[in-house]
Amino acid sequence: MSSPLLTAENLEVFYGSIQALKGISFFVNTGEIVSLIGANGAGKTTTLRAISGLVPNKGQISFAGQNLNVVPTYKRVSLGLAQSPEGRGVFPQMSIYENLEMGAYSRKDKTQIKADLEMCFELFPRLKERLSQMAGTLSGGEQQMLAISRALMCKPKMLLLDEPSLGLAPLVVAQIFEIIKKLNKEGMTILLVEQNARMALKISHRAYVLETGRIVMQDSAENLLNNDEVRKSYLGI
Amino acid sequence: MQDFIQHIINGVSLGSIYALIALGYTMVYGILKMINFAHSDVYMVGAFAAYYFARFLGIENNPGITTLITLLVVSMVCCSLLGLAIERLAYRPLRKAPKLNILITAIGVSLFLEYSGQVVFGADPKVFPEVMKDFVLFKIGDIELKSFDITVLIVSVIAMLALEFLIFKTKIGRAMRAVSSNASVASLLGVNPDRIIAFTFIVGSSLAGVGSVLVGMKYPKIDPLMGMMIGLKAFVAAVLGGIGNVGGAVLGALIMGLSEEMVVAYLSSTYRDAFAFGILIVILIFRPAGLLGKYSVEKV
Repeated sequence: MSSPLLTAENLEVFYGSIQALKGISFFVNTGEIVSLIGANGAGKTTTLRAISGLVPNKGQISFAGQNLNVVPTYKRVSLGLAQSPEGRGVFPQMSIYENLEMGAYSRKDKTQIKADLEMCFELFPRLKERLSQMAGTLSGGEQQMLAISRALMCKPKMLLLDEPSLGLAPLVVAQIFEIIKKLNKEGMTILLVEQNARMALKISHRAYVLETGRIVMQDSAENLLNNDEVRKSYLGI
Repeated sequence: MQDFIQHIINGVSLGSIYALIALGYTMVYGILKMINFAHSDVYMVGAFAAYYFARFLGIENNPGITTLITLLVVSMVCCSLLGLAIERLAYRPLRKAPKLNILITAIGVSLFLEYSGQVVFGADPKVFPEVMKDFVLFKIGDIELKSFDITVLIVSVIAMLALEFLIFKTKIGRAMRAVSSNASVASLLGVNPDRIIAFTFIVGSSLAGVGSVLVGMKYPKIDPLMGMMIGLKAFVAAVLGGIGNVGGAVLGALIMGLSEEMVVAYLSSTYRDAFAFGILIVILIFRPAGLLGKYSVEKV
C-alpha cells in the first residue's frame, strides 16, 4: 500500500498548563474511514483542531506528503483538507446558499463549483428547497447536512467530521451516516470523530480509542466492535 | 410646519454624517468585538489631510465638484492608510490578548493621535478649504434645500449603498460576515482572517474620511481634537442602533441627528449633548443590545 494520506506523530497539545493530547500517533490511508472514538474530554476534537491548525501543537502532522506544521490554517483547505467542525459551525446569519459559497471560497473553477453544488443538492435535497433561508433557522440535522455540504464544497481529498451525530434524532443520525458511507464509496477519505461509538465503528474501516489524551487501543473497526473492553466502556453492552 | 420640515432636513443631513463615522465603529466591533476609540482621530487626520492637500494643490478657495471629489479621495486614502497602520501596529499584535488590553490600547492610540496632532498640526483651529458654495439649490414652498445638505445627503447615501453592496453582494463582503460570525470556522474554509480584518479597517476608515470632508465643508473649523465629540456621538449612535449591526448604525445615527436638531430648535442648544447622552443611558437601561441588536444567547 502507498504511504498514508494523513499521518500524525507524537501530537501534543496544551491548553495553558493542561495537556489535552499526550503524544498520539495515527494515520489515515487514502479511501479509508477512520474513527477516533472516546468519551468527553478524551481529546478527539482537539486532535481535529490540531490537524486544521486551530491549536498550536508539538509533533508532526503531514498530509499528502506535505508537512502541515508550516501551513497556516486558511491554506490547509487548498491542500485538500476540509472540516465539518464541532457544533456544525454554520454561519447563522447567512443563507444556505451563502454558506455553501463560503465552502468554495478558495476555489476559482466556476463550472466545477456549480457541479459540486448540484452534487450537494443530490445528497441533501432538503438544502435545495431552502437555499435562501438563513442557516440559523434550520433544524440541527439540516445544519449538520449544511456543514457537511459546505465542507464538500471545498473539494477536499479528505473530510474531517467532528461529531456529526451530536444532538440529532436517531433517524437523522442514521441518514447522515448513510451519506458518509456513500461519500466514502465514491472515494472520499474520512476521519470521523464520534462519541457514538457503535455508529462510528459500523461504518469505519479502522478506529482509534482515545482516553484522556492518549490512544489506548487501535484496531480494525470490526475487531473493536467485538472487543470486550470496548463493548463494556463504549457500547454499553 | 415649514420650520419643522426644514429641521428634519438639517437633522437628516447631520445624522448621515454621524452614520458615516458610526459605521466604522460598528464594522470593527462586528469583526473584532472591540471598540476602536482611535476611529474618531482617524477622522480628524482625514480632515487635516484634505486641508493640507488642498493648500498643496492651491485649490483651497476653489469651490466646486472637482474640489469636493479630489478632497474626498485624498481623505479616504489617507484615512485608509492610517487605519491599516493602526491595525497592523497596535491591534494585530494583541489579537490573542484579553479584550481589555486591546481596549486600553485603542484609548492609547486615540490619545497618541490627538496629541501628536496638536504637535504636528498645531493646537489652534484651521479653516477648512472651501469645498462648495452654500446656496439654495431649490425651494419647495418656503422650504429651502441648500447645496450643503443635498451634497451631504447624496455623498453619504452613495457611500452607504456602496457599503451595502460590498457587504452583501461581493465575495469579500461574504468573507467579512463569515469572519464576524465565526473567525475560526471561516479560516477552516480558506479565509485569512487577518486580511479580512485589515480590509474592514480600510473600509471603515475611508468612510470616516468621507465624513471628515463633509463636516469640514459644513463646519469649516478643524482642530486636532475635533474628533472627540463627533466620535463620541457616532459611537453612541452605533450603540443605539445595536453595535455590530450595519443597518442599526445608520438608524441610530439618523435618530441622533434628528433629535439633536430638534432639541436645538425647540428646547435649547445647551441641551444638545446632554440629550444625546441621555438617549444612550435610556437605551442601555431598556434595550442594552440596541434597537436592532440581538441578545446573543450563549449555549452551554
